[in-house]
Amino acid sequence: MKVISAKELEDLRNEILAGKDQDKPCIAVCGGPGCLANQCLEVRDAFVNEIAAKGLTDKVDVRTTGCHGFCERGPIALIYPQEIFYQRLSIDDIPEIIEQTIVNNKTIDRLLYTDDEAGQLVETEGEVPFYKKQMRLILGNNSKIDPHSIEDYIAIGGYSALVKVLGGMQPMDVVDEIKNSGIRGRGGGGFPTGRKWESTRNAQGDIKYVICNADEGDPGAFMDRSILEGNPHSVLEGMIIGAYAIGSNEGYVYVRNEYPLALKNINLAIKQAREAGLLGDNILGSGFGFDLKVNRGGGAFVCGESTALMASLEGKPGEPRAKYIHTSDKGLWDRPSNLNNVETWANIPLIINNGADWYSAIGTESSKGTKVFSLVGKINNTGLVEVPMGMTLREIIFDIGGGIPDGKAFKAVQTGGPSGGCIPESLIDLPVDYDRLTEVGSMMGSGGMIVMDEDTCMVDVALYFINFLMEESCGKCVPCREGLLRMGEILTNITEGRGRMEDLDLIQDLSEVLKDASLCGLGQTAPNPVMSTLKYFRDEYEAHIKDHKCPAGVCTELITYSIDADNCTGCGLCLKKCPAEAITGETKQPHVLDAGKCIKCGICYDVCKFDAVIKE
Amino acid sequence: MSQNSQAPRGEMVKIMLNGAEVQADPHWSLLEAIQFYGIDIPTLCHDEGLTPYGVCRLCVVEIGSGDKTKLVASCMHPVWEGLEVRTHSNRVIKTRKTILELLIARCPSSKKLQDMAALLELKEVRFEPLNDDCILCGLCVRMCEEQMGAKAIGFAGRGPERYITTPFDMNSEECRKCGACMYICPVVELRCQGPQAETVLCSGCINTEPVCAPDYGEAMCFMVPCLSCVKGPEDVK
Repeated sequence: MKVISAKELEDLRNEILAGKDQDKPCIAVCGGPGCLANQCLEVRDAFVNEIAAKGLTDKVDVRTTGCHGFCERGPIALIYPQEIFYQRLSIDDIPEIIEQTIVNNKTIDRLLYTDDEAGQLVETEGEVPFYKKQMRLILGNNSKIDPHSIEDYIAIGGYSALVKVLGGMQPMDVVDEIKNSGIRGRGGGGFPTGRKWESTRNAQGDIKYVICNADEGDPGAFMDRSILEGNPHSVLEGMIIGAYAIGSNEGYVYVRNEYPLALKNINLAIKQAREAGLLGDNILGSGFGFDLKVNRGGGAFVCGESTALMASLEGKPGEPRAKYIHTSDKGLWDRPSNLNNVETWANIPLIINNGADWYSAIGTESSKGTKVFSLVGKINNTGLVEVPMGMTLREIIFDIGGGIPDGKAFKAVQTGGPSGGCIPESLIDLPVDYDRLTEVGSMMGSGGMIVMDEDTCMVDVALYFINFLMEESCGKCVPCREGLLRMGEILTNITEGRGRMEDLDLIQDLSEVLKDASLCGLGQTAPNPVMSTLKYFRDEYEAHIKDHKCPAGVCTELITYSIDADNCTGCGLCLKKCPAEAITGETKQPHVLDAGKCIKCGICYDVCKFDAVIKE
Repeated sequence: MSQNSQAPRGEMVKIMLNGAEVQADPHWSLLEAIQFYGIDIPTLCHDEGLTPYGVCRLCVVEIGSGDKTKLVASCMHPVWEGLEVRTHSNRVIKTRKTILELLIARCPSSKKLQDMAALLELKEVRFEPLNDDCILCGLCVRMCEEQMGAKAIGFAGRGPERYITTPFDMNSEECRKCGACMYICPVVELRCQGPQAETVLCSGCINTEPVCAPDYGEAMCFMVPCLSCVKGPEDVK
């Protein structure tokens, strides 16, 4: 199946579409990372087996797809053509779905999503509040295609942007289109993509590279993973278009090795694209040739930084270098190189197909298009969300995310990965775009969004991220290596009650030096969690230092447990569970907790049904 | 060093160095230009015979103007037409001092660092001393590779666990025991045994008289406002 011209690709698309019966039921089972952990493959197998048992194999399709986004409700299945949204499936539900929904065309209320606010069951995906406010330009296709099938991608219009580009656009026209769209890099820095392409195009050198950065390593982030796993051809198409615009014939995809499914899917997609003639020499008869290699990352967070990634690609230790000479001039092997993130590449076909004007109409003045966020932490609807730039944090967290579980109060949201800042409740109406996030001391980053509730200690949060970054620092430059170590020391002292007020000035000083003098983006942005918590939650730092109290009750060194004799019924549950044998007392008599033996594990606090264990 | 290889040889560019317009060879690094004009700024991981590495960050200078200023490592930074450079702005001095403070806290016994602390008038070290020896400047690694052609040593570990070693931490046949690494190491000599200070800082050589940038030559001190001085314009009148 080699297509050698635009016409042949169009014929192939028509042939695939003609072979597809639009009314034929199809069960799209989400195979994203969240659902996989919830045994979605067993659910998928159960569907296949049940359909076979009922003799419906020819009449019903089952498709394992990439991530649908609503991880909280996994395993998820969408029943086409009605687009019925079934959630929290188990193997036992499957025969009923086949019997009722597929054969008898009835929905099963028990498996539908309940919109608590409206107090009613919701039948289709589009009506679920989690999806309703989203604009799923990138992720939306995940449920429509099998990521292992290039035919599926072609059927939904895949590679038509490539046809458009190779069929009549000059490389500079493509660059201009991307520039006019206003898209900025989705990997963290937010540099205008079109300008990056232009610089690489104009750089001196006969060999140029395009690189896809899929070394997503932020704790709790899985945007790029879900795109590569769910729709790898969209990234490939973007890269081929980019290579044509820049004048490159060779590219790399740098995927972290901890993403085996993403690796498998991108490798398969490349193989299929090669077989189809969409990679290789003379693509679609245009005379333009391009091919790609996949490189596995070795497990270093810092390799997500462009120069470290390129060093790693060259086979050297993944350490960054100064970027005073841009990588668009001297990148991989000192040749002009254009590196973009997975999500950026996946946006390119959309821009080409729909035009720069269409794209730039979405979003805010300075940030165009949509952005995928991974919404995690203390949030009801954990998952991947895609929203137009400029949506407020409140809309994302409360309307889409469904607010904070267990009726707790929202405290802060950390955006942009480990080196992003914590944004407090007072700024919850902030529209999310690159510049507004930077203004308040955080950043867009690659799109992590960690929601924190009232039980979160902000000093502890800052310490967690500083420790993460310290361990992931390559150790090359002094400010990052020594500075993060010292910042971790100071924060540990504060959380353990040894802090001094002058420590706050010291971490402020250190933060400025890290930001100003570190070699790469990791060190330069590393102080964000500290600086933002110090700015918005200074009272918590002071409570740790002056009063030796952790207001959120998290820092174990600063909390004590005791038993309130008035509330204690002497049920003995805490006594039984205490691993340190710190609790004594007769049955039905108030118990006593020996603070000297207490290891502050909090088990007694968690198990007590009478609120008799006091934490302070 | 020639990073700016696209510029034609022989043509000079003009840069603003501490407020004075001077000429610089576009093939120079910023540090080379600064040193050419006799301005002394501290360096630790730099050596003329080795590839610049840009990790100690002591050679930072401030570039740009208005609200678009930033600190860059001058040893790695190219020069270009119109570049504005300040080698001793308050921001630069503060940054250098904190970096040196971090280094001394790691290796308080280094004479080189103590001397530098005296020059930079570093008054205190606010961190717990760790009493290490190596400051990981990487001069030995580059010396071994670039000048001795041996590549017998390199970095291992990452973050604060980084250290210099032979492959697999084993005796290496690549090492010819030439001693070039010791020759170039800036911290291999012991701390001066002068007044035994009670603090981490030896403080023996600190010049307590505030001076206006001693090494710049007289000319700089007639400038109003002085753009290079540690003390800021208001103190120089």
